[in-house]
Amino acid sequence: MQTRRETLRQGALAAGVLTAGSLLSQPALAFNKAAFDSKQMADALKGLGVTSPLAESKDVTLTAPDIAENGAVVPMTVATSLPNVKEMLLMVEKNPSPLVAMFKVGPEVEANFATRSKMGQSSDVYAIAVTTDGKALYAKKEVKVTLGGCGG
Amino acid sequence: MGDPMRIRAQAKDDKTTVRVLMAHEMESGQRKDSSGKLIPAWHITDVTATLNGKPVFACEWGPAVSKNPFLQFTIKGGKAGDKVAVTWKDTKGDTRTDEATVS
Repeated sequence: MQTRRETLRQGALAAGVLTAGSLLSQPALAFNKAAFDSKQMADALKGLGVTSPLAESKDVTLTAPDIAENGAVVPMTVATSLPNVKEMLLMVEKNPSPLVAMFKVGPEVEANFATRSKMGQSSDVYAIAVTTDGKALYAKKEVKVTLGGCGG
Repeated sequence: MGDPMRIRAQAKDDKTTVRVLMAHEMESGQRKDSSGKLIPAWHITDVTATLNGKPVFACEWGPAVSKNPFLQFTIKGGKAGDKVAVTWKDTKGDTRTDEATVS
């Protein structure tokens, strides 16, 4: 177990490392570091410029397993049939930084993306479609992570 | 410069499905080494793709994408013989581009 003091110290250390890294190595990247570093889903959304409240939608689909035996590799697919979507977000609520990936939807690409994510513990997973007028619609699914790896 | 990516692009019904397997450590910045020191984050941040040189796809990734990432996306249009190129950039400023032919 970690004590509170240790946790705080590590947090400060991590923040220092991240800040130094971003200043030295990638000044020109478009990468939205603030949003990806956010510890809360609400902060991450704010960092991406999404201010409207989330609304659940049947037109957004999230495909993920009910039970993930290995939290290091959890396959996830986000998709939507909605028009005027500019971004698709994949978030794992209880990860240290919830925002996993941000896919830009353009005229040449379908709003259907698949990747594999790490999950620290059982959590709700969100697929969020951000429309061009700033609305955020989501689908969510609870994914259980089996730590023992015996497929419980 | 990392190891080569494995890219497969298949055209079907006016769509091209692209599957990419990248070779990258995707260090999260949460883990500690044997001496208890935090291993700094090192992960892919930006992935972009072009079809015949024209940008068609872009995404940004945090450290929570799995090691040796898999990515699948679908391009509208494209036919057999077209060239799909995928590029990634990581937090160390490293970058790699690989190209595949649509089949």
